[in-house]
Amino acid sequence: MSQPILSVQHLKKYFVVGQTGMLGKRQPITVKAVDGVSFDVFSGETLGLVGESGSGKSTVAYTVVGMYKPTAGKIRFMNTEIGTNDKRPKELQKAIQIVFQDPGSSLNPRQNIKQILEMPLRVHRKDRNRLEMVIYLLEIVGLPPEAMYKYPRMLSGGEKQIIGIARALATNPSLVILDEPTSALDVSVQAKTINLLLELQKQFNLSYLFITHDLSLMRNVASRVAIMYLGKICEIANTADFFRNPLHPYTQMLLSSIPVVSEEEEALRPTKVISRGEIPSPVNIPKGCSFHTRCPFVMPHCSEVDPEFTDMGNGHSVRCHLYPQGG
Amino acid sequence: MQVSTSSSLHRSSLSLEQIKQLQRASRREEIGRNWYKFSRNPISVMGLLVVVTVILLAAFAPYVAPYPAHAGPFTDFANAKKPPSATYWLGTDQIGRDIFSRILFGMRSSLLMGVVVLSLVVPPGVLLGLLAGYYHNTWIDTLIMRVTDIFLAVPPLVLALAVASVLKPNLWNSMMAVSLMWWPWYTRLVYGLATALRNEYFVIAAEVTGASTAHILFREIFPNTISPILTKMSIDIAWVIIIGSMLSFVGLGVQPPEPSLGTMIADGAKYLPDQWWIAVFPALAIVVIVLGFNLLGDGIRDMFASEEA
Repeated sequence: MSQPILSVQHLKKYFVVGQTGMLGKRQPITVKAVDGVSFDVFSGETLGLVGESGSGKSTVAYTVVGMYKPTAGKIRFMNTEIGTNDKRPKELQKAIQIVFQDPGSSLNPRQNIKQILEMPLRVHRKDRNRLEMVIYLLEIVGLPPEAMYKYPRMLSGGEKQIIGIARALATNPSLVILDEPTSALDVSVQAKTINLLLELQKQFNLSYLFITHDLSLMRNVASRVAIMYLGKICEIANTADFFRNPLHPYTQMLLSSIPVVSEEEEALRPTKVISRGEIPSPVNIPKGCSFHTRCPFVMPHCSEVDPEFTDMGNGHSVRCHLYPQGG
Repeated sequence: MQVSTSSSLHRSSLSLEQIKQLQRASRREEIGRNWYKFSRNPISVMGLLVVVTVILLAAFAPYVAPYPAHAGPFTDFANAKKPPSATYWLGTDQIGRDIFSRILFGMRSSLLMGVVVLSLVVPPGVLLGLLAGYYHNTWIDTLIMRVTDIFLAVPPLVLALAVASVLKPNLWNSMMAVSLMWWPWYTRLVYGLATALRNEYFVIAAEVTGASTAHILFREIFPNTISPILTKMSIDIAWVIIIGSMLSFVGLGVQPPEPSLGTMIADGAKYLPDQWWIAVFPALAIVVIVLGFNLLGDGIRDMFASEEA
C-alpha cells in the first residue's frame, strides 16, 4: 500500500479534571481519554474508528483536527509532524476538515447558508468568486442554490448535516474527519447522507476518518475498522477480515450484539458472546487489560499485564492475551 | 442521493439578477416574519407605539408644545398653580408655566440621557464581554472580569452623586458618571453568553478552519448575543431615565430653568397634596416612558426567542 496520508503514533490525550488529597499532597485527577493509540489512514480510504461512548474516539478526532493538543505521541500528516503545540499553518487547516455530530450546533443559527459556507472561503480561497463557490458547493452536495439565503432553523436535520459537509469541503481538503456524522439523523436520512459521503469521496479522492458507534454501518462504508475501548485500540483489520474473523473478545461481543433481520446476516454472526457489564469510568481504568472486567475469557494474568499488539497478518492486529506474540 | 445528476440539474440555472432577487425576497420574508412574531403580542405593539410617540413628541417639542416659551426662563404669577383646564391641559406650576409644555421639553433631556449613556456604555461593555468570554480561563478573562467586579461594586447612583457634587452639576457630567458605572453590566451579560457560545461546534469549526479572532468574535459569537443585548438595552434606557430623574430631583442633573422631569417633581412635591398636578403629571410621564420601553423590550425578546426554539 502507498504512504499513509495520516499516521498517528502512540497518541495520548489526558485531561485534568480535578484534584485529590490534602494540601501539600495534591494529586491531579486525570482522565486518560486517549492512552496510546496508533493507526494510519491511507489516501482515498475510510478508516472506521468504532467505540462505545467514553472510549475516547471523539478525542482522537478532535486531536487530529487540532482542537486539542496531544499529551504525548506523534501525528504525522503527509510526512509532516502536526501534533505540536504551535498554531497550525494555513495549509494544514485547509487540508484537514471535520464534520460534527450535532448538526444543530454545528451551524450558526444567526447566519444564513451563504454566510456559513463563505467562512472557509474567506480564509482559504481568497482568489475565487465567493458567490460562485457557494453555488458550486451547494451543487456538489445536491442542494439547490435557492438554499443560500435560508437559515439553519429552516432546514431539516439531514439538510443541516449536508451543509456541514459542504462547509468541510469548501477548503478542498484531503482528509475529512467525520465525527458520528449520521448518529443524530433519522435512519432514512442516514442512508442518503452516507451515500453522499461516499460519492464525494470518490469524486474528490477524500480520505475519511469515520468516528462512529454504529458497527454495522462500517461494514458498507469503511475500508478498515479499528475498535477502541477505554482510550486504546484493541483490534484493527480490513473490513472484510474484521467481520468474517473477529478476534478480540470485545469485538466478538459487539458483533454478536448487532440485531439481525435476515438468515444471511445470522450466518455472518460470530459465536454468541453475551454482552455484560458497562464500560468502566476512564478516571479509573482497570489494571492490566482494561477489558478484563467484562471479558468472558478472562485469564489470571489479564488483570496484571496489559497485552501488546499481535500481528495476525494481512494488516489484522489484535491486542489480547488470547493471541500471544509469536504464538 | 444522485449527486451527479443533481449537479448538472442546477448548474447555471440562476443568473446574477435572479440571485439578487432571491436575496431581496428572503430579506423581505425575514422582516415580515420578525414583525409577525413581534406583533403577535399586542402589549409589545403598545410599547412600541408609546416609545415612538414619546420620541416624536420630544423631538418636535417646540412645534407640539402649546407654550414653548414656558420651557425657558418665564414667569406668569397671575396664572400660577392653576389646575388642569382647557387652556393649560395639565395645569400650571408655582410660577405659572404650562406643565404639559414643560413635560414635553423635560422628556428631551431624559431621552437624551438614556440614548447617550447607552451608546457610550454598550460598545465597550459588549466588546470586553466578548473578549473575556472567548478567552475564558486565561489572564484576559481574569483581568477584564476582576475590573468589571470592582466597577459593579459601586452603585451607579452613588457614584453619579459623587461626581456631580465634585464636578459642575449638569446633564453631561451626570451622564458621564452613570456611563462609567453602567458598562460592566453589559460585560457580565455578554461574558456569560460568550463562555457558552465558544464551545458551540460552529465556533470550533471556524477555529479549526483558521478563521481570524475578529471573525469568530464578531461574526460567529456576537450575532448570537444581539437579542439579550437589545432586550437589556430597552430596559436599561428606562433605568437610566429614572436615575437621571433622581439626579435632577436632588438638584445634581439638569439645572433650572431648563425643564427636567426630576426637577419638576422635586418642585411640585412642596405643593402636595393640594396642587397635586404639579408633581403628579411629570411623575406619570416617567411611568409612561419607562413602561413603554419595558414593554418594547419584552416584544424584542419574544421576536428573537421563538426563532431559537
